[in-house]
Amino acid sequence: MDETQGIKIVDVRYAYGAKPALVDVSMALRPGRFTALLGPNGAGKSTLVSLLSALFVPQGGRISIFGLDLADDSLSTLAVMGIVFQQQTLDLDLSVRQNMAYFAALHGLAGHRVEQRIEACLTRMGLAARQKEKVRALNSGHRRRLEIARALLHEPRFMLLDEPTVGLDVPARADLVAHVHALCRDEGLTVLWATHLVDEVEAEDDLVVLHEGSVRAQGAVSDVLASCGASDVLGAFQCLTASASSEAAP
Amino acid sequence: MTRPAGIYLTCLIGVLWREALRFMHQRERLIAALVRPLIWLVIFAAGFRSILGISIQPPYATYITYETYIVPGLIAMIQLFNGMQTSLAMVYDREMGSMRILLTAPLPRWYLLFSKLLAGTAISLLQVYAFLIVAELVLVDLPPLGFLAVLPVLLLTGLMLGALGMLLSSAIRQLENFAGIMNFVIFPMFFLSSALYPLWRMQESSDLIYRICIANPFTYAVEALRFALYLEAEPLSLGIVAGAMIVFFGLAVWGYDPRKGLVHRRGKG
Repeated sequence: MDETQGIKIVDVRYAYGAKPALVDVSMALRPGRFTALLGPNGAGKSTLVSLLSALFVPQGGRISIFGLDLADDSLSTLAVMGIVFQQQTLDLDLSVRQNMAYFAALHGLAGHRVEQRIEACLTRMGLAARQKEKVRALNSGHRRRLEIARALLHEPRFMLLDEPTVGLDVPARADLVAHVHALCRDEGLTVLWATHLVDEVEAEDDLVVLHEGSVRAQGAVSDVLASCGASDVLGAFQCLTASASSEAAP
Repeated sequence: MTRPAGIYLTCLIGVLWREALRFMHQRERLIAALVRPLIWLVIFAAGFRSILGISIQPPYATYITYETYIVPGLIAMIQLFNGMQTSLAMVYDREMGSMRILLTAPLPRWYLLFSKLLAGTAISLLQVYAFLIVAELVLVDLPPLGFLAVLPVLLLTGLMLGALGMLLSSAIRQLENFAGIMNFVIFPMFFLSSALYPLWRMQESSDLIYRICIANPFTYAVEALRFALYLEAEPLSLGIVAGAMIVFFGLAVWGYDPRKGLVHRRGKG
């Protein structure tokens, strides 16, 4: 595995029956960078996340993660990925710590290392004091933080987050965006953050705009803005997804 | 890539531990698992005892009460219900999204599903032994060593019925459809078997129903348990149960294959 190779998606296709969801999608994510995958609802973001997480198999094209082909060695690639799905995936009747421990077991973590990692990840996400509480007792923002803490447990090098701020209020959303940006900055993680909200994209991020199953623009935010003559991300988004611009939230 | 064996074991222990924790949070499940067969044993058997004679037949060495006859069938019923309940939980987990956490673990999918199957079977063993203890204390007289001898057979029958549930969970698209499917599976499987009546009795009444009964793998689960409780092995039943388990589990793994597309149906955005 060669982390410097980043994530490469080449000519990936996927359709639900006759309805295409992704049409020859190609993109490259630079290692250690926060890449926002921006697109309106129905653009194909969740489909792409499902392909990257090996829940779906591409019907064409290739995906490689740090130089490993996902089709050839999905287990090795999953081992270095931390995934947060759009739909919450916590066990509400188990405690915070029990949810973490279950995930650790699925990734083969055992012994003292589990305790250390759980402690470190919960502390990182500000949940250390709540580890004995049932997940049901947490608010939506804390549940999302817990999902991120859980995704970090096995020390992944690639974080994949699918609309993780859905259902959160504005402060919780801002808090989560800041947390993941800090993770990317501090630990050098490669992050792909799928969203339909333009205000989750920061000036120093990389940006991929996905619309109707195809990539409309990609590169550093400044390059994408320049390519369509926009002064901000909202303007660029509206320009690139003209038929769906009304769905973009400021 | 080959992964170290320790990772497989840790994963299996984790899945077992999670199922045990969930089971402990669902006391009603244990109560229901106990009450359902006990009602059959106490009420149903009381009514049938006087009208349904049981002749001497293997593995019984002498005449037995009707209560004694139906115990293996009720054990299998516990495992059948547990298999369906585990399957329901899998459909629920899929609807709620938590199944994705299992399916994106870096281990082969068949192994993850087998761990889940084994965990569900382990829960069914707890339920069966709770029932057997109550049944032994109250109504029936089983050979003490039978409690031990039946354990490996319980494991096999539990895996077979759990695999059937898993197969159904891969095919059911929505939680709402589950109750109907359960009725179409549980009741025919249970009634069209040797759980409540000996097959020779069934044959006297209807040859067609008898033939359906002998094609029903649940019949063989019941018979394998019946013989094991009396410290005997019934190779035909054990073979058919093992074969059915392999077929059901193989189909379930196929059903959860991403190329077939379990989550495919739910994709969006």
